Amino acid sequence: MRRIGVIALQGDVSEHISAVEAAGGQAVAVRRAGVIPTCSGIVMPGGESTTIGRQLERTGIAAEIKQAAANDVPVLATCAGLVLAAKEIDAGDVRPLGLIDISVGRNAFGPQRESFEAEIDVAGFDRPYRAVFIRAPVVLRCGEGVQEIARFGGRTVAVRQRNLIGLAFHPELTEDLRFHRMLLEMG
Amino acid sequence: MELENLRFGTELLKRGFAKMQKGGVIMDVTTPEQAMIAEEAGAVAVMALHAVPADIRRMGGVARMADPKVIEEIIDAVTIPVMAKVRIGHFVEAQILEAIGVDMIDESEVLTPADEFHIDKTKFKVPFVCGARNLGEALRRIKEGAAMIRTKGEAGTGDVSQAVRHMKMIMGDIRKLKGMNSEELTKFAREIEADPELVAECARLQRLPVVNFAAGGIATPADAALMMQLGADGVFVGSGIFKSENPEAMAAAIVEAVHHYDEPEVLARVSRGLGRPMKGIDVTTLQEGEALQARGW
Repeated sequence: MRRIGVIALQGDVSEHISAVEAAGGQAVAVRRAGVIPTCSGIVMPGGESTTIGRQLERTGIAAEIKQAAANDVPVLATCAGLVLAAKEIDAGDVRPLGLIDISVGRNAFGPQRESFEAEIDVAGFDRPYRAVFIRAPVVLRCGEGVQEIARFGGRTVAVRQRNLIGLAFHPELTEDLRFHRMLLEMG
Repeated sequence: MELENLRFGTELLKRGFAKMQKGGVIMDVTTPEQAMIAEEAGAVAVMALHAVPADIRRMGGVARMADPKVIEEIIDAVTIPVMAKVRIGHFVEAQILEAIGVDMIDESEVLTPADEFHIDKTKFKVPFVCGARNLGEALRRIKEGAAMIRTKGEAGTGDVSQAVRHMKMIMGDIRKLKGMNSEELTKFAREIEADPELVAECARLQRLPVVNFAAGGIATPADAALMMQLGADGVFVGSGIFKSENPEAMAAAIVEAVHHYDEPEVLARVSRGLGRPMKGIDVTTLQEGEALQARGW
């Protein structure tokens, strides 16, 4: 069984753990350094990117994720996770990990009352996907080697670069496990 | 874009927003400068107020929603979510906050209640957090549409004892549901004046169906970690930060304490040399009618 490290510093960690387990993986909550090197997949959950980013650096987990991603360990990064996995961020003083060659705009749709659910088409999926966007970011620029796998309202909301998947929405908040299965089937 | 597929303000979106706050600290602020200090310290959100609860308590009079101008200045000053408080039952204050673009509304006993009934929160796109002292109260608020619950504690005192009591009451009531059959659950629901379906859901989940934070009297990193060890999903800190001697250090230390709530070595390190915490009030010395937790039902 694939052992997936779910970064558990802040945010909707338990929802991702449940989703990984429901998809057939073994989930382990990562709160300190030393665990990521024992995992064959990583989930970076949603939450507040400023808060999580600071703790990733303080705990030393940031360096371990970078190392793992460089070794082609699959990563699923959602919402705040996508922000932190990016190379560049439009505003704020968060230092992203630079895993995926993209620029990300934070909170691109406005305040919480503008958060939404929508059906989107995802490259490689045979039926539409119901995506939950909560104060969601968008991808502003994709570098070479980055494949755009979903758009909404003319904006890029999901990308893939080799074994790294970045989503502006929250697959862990619905019963649809296709993205978690994708993580478990990679690499 | 298929617009008919687009949905705003669903329960999933409201509860989902609250889930993104888990494991975090939400700090009361009264100015954009304080909001920036909170964000820099690692707060997941700020609560915009005209005065922190300790000052509201001291000033007396009718406490109302903060000036929209101040709230807007705070929204402009930070990238993290901004919450603000309305009086219990004051749905027009809530409409105003939704119009401003506040990310979550706290229907709060810290302000002077406008009604004996609480707001019908299902009518709003913006999510609400509400205070509770026990399971019945929590489930009544959830039935009205609250997307997040927090203990009431006793705001503005810096005395954590009431938050502890309320968290234990909620957790204890949920534990009692374990092993009850449907008849017993229905009876229990009637006793605590709660919706039977929500009681059955708590029995099955062994927790509230929404995020449950601690609030009301948290003043130190140790207080915050105590609430986390008692099962809180995160903490609100009101007067505890900006009524302390060194708000920057206290704010950062409480954030660290919530992330490492079960690591005493880390708690010891972050608790060192923070200066004086807020002076506070022992809740047993409060006069009758001074307890904010008795507001609402």
